[in-house]
Amino acid sequence: MKKSVYSICGMCTVRCPIRVETEDNKVTWIEGNQHLLGGALCAKGSAGTALVADTERPQQPLIREGGRGAGRWQKVSWPTAYDYIADKMKKIKKEYGPESVVLSSRGGPWQNMYKTFIHAYGSPNYTNHDCTCGRNTHHASLSVNGVGRKGFIYDIKNAKHLVLFGRNMFASLQIALNLQTMDMLENGGRLTYVDVRQTMTGLKATRFFQVRPGTDYALALGMIHEIIRKEAFDGEFIDKYVTGFDELCYFIEQYTPAWAAKECGIKEKAIKAFVEEVIEDRPKVIFHPGWNLSRYKDSFYASRALHILNILMGNIEQKGGLLIPKGPGDCGVKGIRNLDCPKPDIKRADGVGWKYKHFDKGPGLSHLFFDAMRTEDPYPVKAWIAMRHDPFCAMPDPQRQKLLFDQCDLLVSIDTHYSEFGWYCDVILPESTYLERDNPICVQKGLKPRLAVRRKAVEPEFDTKPAWEIFKQLATRLDLDEYFPYNTIEDLWKWQLEPTGYTIEDFEEKGFVSLTDEPIMYDPDNLENQFGTPSGKMEILSKKLDDAGLPSLKEYVSPIKPAKGMFRLVYGRSAVHTHGHTINNPLLSELMPENSLWINTRAASKLGINEGDLVDVTAEDGSYGGTVHANVTDFIHPEAVYTVHGFGRQIPLQNRAYHAGLSDQKLMSGKLDDWDQAGGAINLCESFVVVRRSVRNPKRRVEL
Amino acid sequence: MNKYMIYLNKKRCIGCHGCEVHCKTNKQLPVGPYLCEIRHDPLVSVKGVPKTEFAFRSCYHCDDPFCVPICPTSAMIKREDGIVYIDQDKCVGCMACAGACPWTIPQLNPETRKAVKCDYCMDRVDAGMKPACVTKCTTHALKFVTLTEV
Repeated sequence: MKKSVYSICGMCTVRCPIRVETEDNKVTWIEGNQHLLGGALCAKGSAGTALVADTERPQQPLIREGGRGAGRWQKVSWPTAYDYIADKMKKIKKEYGPESVVLSSRGGPWQNMYKTFIHAYGSPNYTNHDCTCGRNTHHASLSVNGVGRKGFIYDIKNAKHLVLFGRNMFASLQIALNLQTMDMLENGGRLTYVDVRQTMTGLKATRFFQVRPGTDYALALGMIHEIIRKEAFDGEFIDKYVTGFDELCYFIEQYTPAWAAKECGIKEKAIKAFVEEVIEDRPKVIFHPGWNLSRYKDSFYASRALHILNILMGNIEQKGGLLIPKGPGDCGVKGIRNLDCPKPDIKRADGVGWKYKHFDKGPGLSHLFFDAMRTEDPYPVKAWIAMRHDPFCAMPDPQRQKLLFDQCDLLVSIDTHYSEFGWYCDVILPESTYLERDNPICVQKGLKPRLAVRRKAVEPEFDTKPAWEIFKQLATRLDLDEYFPYNTIEDLWKWQLEPTGYTIEDFEEKGFVSLTDEPIMYDPDNLENQFGTPSGKMEILSKKLDDAGLPSLKEYVSPIKPAKGMFRLVYGRSAVHTHGHTINNPLLSELMPENSLWINTRAASKLGINEGDLVDVTAEDGSYGGTVHANVTDFIHPEAVYTVHGFGRQIPLQNRAYHAGLSDQKLMSGKLDDWDQAGGAINLCESFVVVRRSVRNPKRRVEL
Repeated sequence: MNKYMIYLNKKRCIGCHGCEVHCKTNKQLPVGPYLCEIRHDPLVSVKGVPKTEFAFRSCYHCDDPFCVPICPTSAMIKREDGIVYIDQDKCVGCMACAGACPWTIPQLNPETRKAVKCDYCMDRVDAGMKPACVTKCTTHALKFVTLTEV
């Protein structure tokens, strides 16, 4: 029988709206929702069919038999796995208290379910992956704008100039924004791209700054200087909505374009020409404040500088600028219900909220739990439940993480595939893939806010379960039933929708429910109270940072140069893979079976490395190394080498991914503690590696 | 005279290889054959920005295709509207077509042991839709064009 269902993609965490056709419980067609994306979908989105069919994923719950990571699993039933986890959790609660259990997830619209579970159990320790993703950007936005990094949306389509600092958006795809950017360029808009290497995004740029690695902050400062000197800022906007501008003017005096050009290795006149363009294009200029800016020691301050550049443009709530996302309240309707349980009044083990008061208490910082594991201060951490989060793939130095996780009595991974962490866990609970499961309804804020829902397209191929059922079952066994007031997903949807007056049938026509017909904009001359800062204005000087003993305007410190024969390791994404999630997908592995090492032509030549040669890449302390092909190119800075993140996996059951390529996070040996004290994120681009032409390059081959 | 062609707006193409997977999943092809591909030349610096041109290639659906007459089982067929396709029931997988094609376009499907090639998703076209690669192109860079004689 043929069926068609609207849903939400799950190949990456952008969660594009999709429509899925099936026949006899097989997916035959997936496309981007015609109403929102005009059918557009990326390679990963189409490869969802291969994810469902992939037999190299956990097919039933698994409980570890041998030592951790030995890969000896006992196949068990769901009730057995639930009982095992619940019994362990009860025991840990009794011995150490509920707060010794940590639950980490990947953020996103369904995190309230996981948060509810761990809070109801009695632990404040909900966390997510963001310390290796957008935390610096988030905290930077909070400190300047009083709203988090999702507190603005970017009206790229109507912009005249988009400025991207390393935001490689045509590889880290967000289809709706990609379409907007293409439309902007077709309408004659400008794209300025800043990176240590040329990317698919930079190819489309009208201006490209190839900077020395770690100097983004310098370039942003140089831009601020020139914009202020040329009086190319919106004075009226600043008078009305901004504090600390005079201090900025004083601070920025030393950071001239000539200085920035020298520091970044670019031309002064190019910075000046750029500012001339900005003068023409203002206020329809968007400085993207970055996404995965967990990179350099000063990435938090670089992101703050980008927010300050937006302030100078006066582009808030302006067409072609930064817009404030609207929710159900702005449409005069009631929002949906979500699962909720107040956070227990116990200090977080990661220190966020009491030791580190300038960080967002919501998800805390997952890397700071390791200290608590090691020192048992403020209390021991004895269990970690990872919901789609893979600490070993996300954070540096999994070798060291393993030693610390060994302090735990229970490690659980809930995921659709074998994660590197899952392979080391005590229990793997296989979640059904996004095409095989329903999810709760979520609100998608925007100019035209809507309600959306992921619907199951096919019945699960294997004995896997959706998250709503997994958490319900665990909650029941731990006597937390009252926080999960449903038995079926239909019950949950009904309960969620009750205040809104909508029913789940309302989602069938388009896959979403639009809460307004017309886009909602606030009056840009009336933005008081839109910023959650103490003064209600956008603050260039932050009291929170001041209280934490941190500067708001930090003096620039030049990044260190790599030692001879060494390179700064820079990672990124490709358009055909989502970090470690998709490396083993048959159709995506066919496109990109392994990663390579990008190296500058001159630097390679000094090492005798030619295009396509095998190169050995080794961690600074020699503890990990791998061999991959070299991609020798002029278009990467000589101090940096680059690779795509997610490869070098070590799970034997993943035939295609096993030992394919190089793992950047394993090369970051000893870097688990190298994090940004102001922004909270881990500094993932502060590692140096040794590169040599590999002895494995064939010279002759004999067969005996 | 061919009625159709697939046109790539190179300015919109971002080389994401989405089209290749859209095609493969629609045709339910295993790892191995791919019926269209995106390629690009090495990067060259143009006014300070390293640039390249993308190219899309599927089958040229030649006006006078070599692959049609060489097929021993008459499985390779050119339709009235110019689409060259393989009748999978008649194909014996001898791959003579691939040898005759100057670009070796037809490929072997290792699962069915038969030849496969781009047919502009003619079942979709006949139903009033566009080929898979065009329908789902990530940035709407691919267009399915109906040619008219001037």
